[in-house]
Amino acid sequence: MENKRKAVGQPVRKKDAMQLLLGKPAYVEDVTPSDVLVVKVLRSPHAHALIEEIKIDTALKVPGIVAVYTYKDVPQKRFTMAGQTYPEPSPYDRLLLDQRVRFVGDAVAIIAGEDEKAVDKAMKRIRVTYKVLEPVLDMHTAKDNPILVHPEDNWKSLCPVGADNRRNLCASDVDSHGDVDAVMADCDEIVEHTWRVQPAQQAMMETFRTYTEMDRYGRLHVISSTQIVFHCRRIIANALDIPKSRVRVEKPRIGGGFGAKQTVVAEVYPAFVTWKTGRAARMIYTRRECQIAGSPRHEMEVHVKLGASRAGKIRAMDVYTLSNTGAFGEHGPTTVGLSGHKSIPLYTGGLEAHRFSYDVVYTNLQASGAYRGYGATQGLFAVESAVNELAERLHMDPIALREKNIVREGMMMPAYFGEKANACALDRCITHCKELFRWDEKAPVRDMGNGKVRTAGLALAMQGSCISNLDVGSATMKLGDEGFYNLIIGAADMGTGCDTILAQMAAECMECPVEEIEVFGADTDASPYDSGSYASSTTYLTGRAVEMACEELKNNMCQIAAGMMNCEVSDVEFTGDGVRRLDGSGFVSRFDIATKSMLNNAIAAQTTATHCSPVSPPPYMVGMVEIELDKETGKVDIIDYAAVVDCGTVINPNLARVQTEGGIVQGIGMTLYEGVTYQPDGHISENSLMQYKIPTRLDMGKLRVEFEESYEPTGPFGAKSIGEIVINTPAPAIAHAIYKITGVWHRRLPITPEKILMSMEQKKSGSGE
Amino acid sequence: MIKFKDYVRAQSLEEAYTLCQKKRNVVLGGMLWLKMQKRNAGTAIDLCDLGLNYIEETPEEFRIGAMTTLRQLEKHEGLNTLTHYAMEESVKHIVGVQFRNVATLGGSLFGRFGFSDVLTLFQVLDAKVELYHAGVMSVSEFAELPRKTRDILVQVIVAKKNAAVAYQSMRNTATDFPVLTCAVSYDGSICQCAVGARPAKAVAITDTQNLLKDGITARSAEAFAVWAADQFTYGSNIRGSEAYRKKICQVLVRRTLMEAAEKVESKSKELHNEMYREIHEEIHEEIHSEKKEI
Amino acid sequence: MEITMTLNGKSITASIEPDMLLLDFVRSRGCLSVKRGCETANCGLCTVLMDGVPVLSCSTLAARAAGHEVYTLEGLQDEAADFAVFVADQGAEQCGFCNPGFVMNTIALLRENPDPTDEEIKAYLAGNLCRCSGYEGQLRGIRAYLDQKKEKEG
Repeated sequence: MENKRKAVGQPVRKKDAMQLLLGKPAYVEDVTPSDVLVVKVLRSPHAHALIEEIKIDTALKVPGIVAVYTYKDVPQKRFTMAGQTYPEPSPYDRLLLDQRVRFVGDAVAIIAGEDEKAVDKAMKRIRVTYKVLEPVLDMHTAKDNPILVHPEDNWKSLCPVGADNRRNLCASDVDSHGDVDAVMADCDEIVEHTWRVQPAQQAMMETFRTYTEMDRYGRLHVISSTQIVFHCRRIIANALDIPKSRVRVEKPRIGGGFGAKQTVVAEVYPAFVTWKTGRAARMIYTRRECQIAGSPRHEMEVHVKLGASRAGKIRAMDVYTLSNTGAFGEHGPTTVGLSGHKSIPLYTGGLEAHRFSYDVVYTNLQASGAYRGYGATQGLFAVESAVNELAERLHMDPIALREKNIVREGMMMPAYFGEKANACALDRCITHCKELFRWDEKAPVRDMGNGKVRTAGLALAMQGSCISNLDVGSATMKLGDEGFYNLIIGAADMGTGCDTILAQMAAECMECPVEEIEVFGADTDASPYDSGSYASSTTYLTGRAVEMACEELKNNMCQIAAGMMNCEVSDVEFTGDGVRRLDGSGFVSRFDIATKSMLNNAIAAQTTATHCSPVSPPPYMVGMVEIELDKETGKVDIIDYAAVVDCGTVINPNLARVQTEGGIVQGIGMTLYEGVTYQPDGHISENSLMQYKIPTRLDMGKLRVEFEESYEPTGPFGAKSIGEIVINTPAPAIAHAIYKITGVWHRRLPITPEKILMSMEQKKSGSGE
Repeated sequence: MIKFKDYVRAQSLEEAYTLCQKKRNVVLGGMLWLKMQKRNAGTAIDLCDLGLNYIEETPEEFRIGAMTTLRQLEKHEGLNTLTHYAMEESVKHIVGVQFRNVATLGGSLFGRFGFSDVLTLFQVLDAKVELYHAGVMSVSEFAELPRKTRDILVQVIVAKKNAAVAYQSMRNTATDFPVLTCAVSYDGSICQCAVGARPAKAVAITDTQNLLKDGITARSAEAFAVWAADQFTYGSNIRGSEAYRKKICQVLVRRTLMEAAEKVESKSKELHNEMYREIHEEIHEEIHSEKKEI
Repeated sequence: MEITMTLNGKSITASIEPDMLLLDFVRSRGCLSVKRGCETANCGLCTVLMDGVPVLSCSTLAARAAGHEVYTLEGLQDEAADFAVFVADQGAEQCGFCNPGFVMNTIALLRENPDPTDEEIKAYLAGNLCRCSGYEGQLRGIRAYLDQKKEKEG
């Protein structure tokens, strides 16, 4: 079956590749008018304060200023900006503008004017008197702190996630299987530590940006760089307190998202301006705003207690995560879940009992959001590091230890909602990667002279494919003149290539070249409902919807053709080029069916299918890294990174590979230098790409990515996801290699040269970890 | 971003100098750092029409115009030969080619930034700075001028001295600001060593303790590095703490010294080879002419 | 103030604010390929060629560009397409937002050094950030282009 495929599994060029490479207008700022109101937000200089007085009269007098809005002007119903299916697990804790400001960078006023200079000038003229309050800046003391981030009465949690604003709790829960304490007591070896991941920034190249206008029906038309057009529509309507029907959201090309654009960060401000003034408006976030008022990864401290037998059987795992959602709860209750649910199940092999508990707390720091990996990244840094530490303690090869304990195809996973590992090539990934990387040669610690030492480390990872029993993927297939097809989706290609991948699937189903599938997405008025592109769902979920829509369309085309040939539909079959009579006595081409579909025809030549999955099949991955560490400066250079991924069937090997390479490099940055430092007053030091250093092409060494396919029966053509898992292996793998050279386990990211060198010094003087 | 009301391309140094006496006016270099300032300036004074983009070589020195870009320094054969490619090494880690095509030598020096790689290297090159009004002075004198000095940097003059030069820096990522910079020049007897990004601006020291009197060896370099690291002051910023900087200062100074020593050695080898070749050619010629005679 | 420059081969005269950046100027003239990714001269998205040299248009005044010849990707489509198809064949364009800057600087690289090594490519393009691709696919694309060019040239 596989070798017969023509489109699926091929390295098809992305549909928009040349347009993008040649710089054609494609993004919000390129495709929307420039002579519209410029919208900017005045931001709080304080981490926690009440606005006592805000004077805008002199600001309004600046020529060109159209409006200045403060907390007095906005609807008083709280909402969340998290792009999630309603009812959202994220609490309704926001107003468009609030009298209480909750972090440095929180919105204080919205300014709209004819040009940027006027708006900048007006911003300087707004006089705010703050009553500065003591902030909650330490997540360890946030829970049950007398200072409340959200003391308001109209704060609301829609789902039972254990949230309580009177305790600074955004979520809290415990989940367990078996008697963890008893098994743990019986274990020979216990590894127990806390690992911390910083609130790293997605740093997509295109900052948040939105254009808004009133359309010809008097509705609010929003063109935004978003991963979630439908959620965006709801959130804007909530924020403005207007009916959902009054809003239409559309996305053009997106200049990267990585989850950042799964939160409605910028949209509400110009939307409010347009709704109030009736005038078109645009907001372009500066890089600084992205860094201080964006939606970064949740800072998490993951405490892992791992129990094992002397022979290396991992018997019990007890994970507690403390997650810092910052000033608002976007994605707070959900990201934390993945820190346990997508790390513990890797060791389903011999695991007798597990417990996973967590608290998610509010603090007066930048609100977090969704970032590729979505909590799994944090959990896997901890769990994989613990397993590597166990291997070192038992003097066991870390691969051999994995082989004893990992999840294998067919196993039930108690720590993964009791799901079965239908498709799992993790064992093959490990064998494959070991060979590809030449682990046995690279694993020993080797002195290269002049203070430089090399060795290797490794880590495993898993993720999910969609949110089971919840998110919805849809696709519409439409037959057009001359027999081409439109594929219409509500998912968002943010560079990931889903437009192309879904077209490949459609082409496979319709037995035609990929070029004959024209893709459109996404627009809330025109696209079929789709939750959006997040949670590693598009290939898996929307892909399945494409398959289903194609099947229906083929049936309808057969019906039209049967009518044309005066026979029963059971007498014909779809051939790709057209429809033929099974007895060979007749054939009508796709061209003719298309023509017929538009002439005296009552059979739909367009079909929409919707899909939801009861399971979320994990992709699996192994990453191995060779580093060179300068023992005199602490500098780590990545020499070689090999990874083998099981994402089920690979739909497009080029795009899957580049996704993996990109994720690995993002992971390397987070591991080694993407720091987020808060000054004592809550300001973030890394507020630009000058201070927040993401990897350049000189920082990443050599990458090698290969695949081990499995076949996921519930996925389209056997596919699972790949978008998120790829960021998860660098942190534990690199920390592992650093330990082997320095004898120090680094458990707080980023692991900077300074931390490495100073910890080596401490160890030498006997006061090390 | 910086804003200004007027833009003037000065047609003479005198015009530029006069304009820049006004506190609200500002002289443009590459405009990279200037752009990021939040201020409203009066007139932006552009020197781009003054022909200050040049690297001239005379038998004694190189003269480098203030508007010469960092990329031009990086690619200049003469300067790289003189500095054993320390010139290239000192600038090639700065952001990217497009950045270095915009950043100017004058701008880099006039800012006297703590993080300046360029200032670090020029401290050990026996370089002089020519200001339009204040005249010629050494780079280190220039570095100490008050920040508010209102003058025009015209050119930098680098004497051709016969010394090995080496440059190294420690960076957390390949093109980030340095955590520490180090430049060394060594002519076989005198050693100059500058350390910058401490994070304060680079200053140079010489071997006042005669630790290198018997030449640069692994041992003497280590001794010098230990001593040198104590001569500088350090501070902390997000790229590194005071303690870390001090620690790696020793490493960087030692490594840069050793690199310079190797260069001296390879240079003397080169000289030796050249001499040998010349002698060989002479002999060859002699034999040849003798043959002729026969 | 009034300026005259050659933009993509055409002489243009325009009235501008003295502190207008070249980036905003070329965008206002329809050269929408030129992107802004930061405010701190770090990302390389705004790279244009001025007198054939790649520069950051976010840090160059439009006024300073007066009298010079400026090229954006709009004016170098064929030269770009020559090697860009090889990057497309790797799927390395990804979100595409960094592409114009990357392509412009690659044009500059290949003009300056028609046969670069991998190390030279990486060094020249170090100032072009990309958050999607992990860079490796861009390198493969350029390498594939150079290899086929050599093959063609025999």
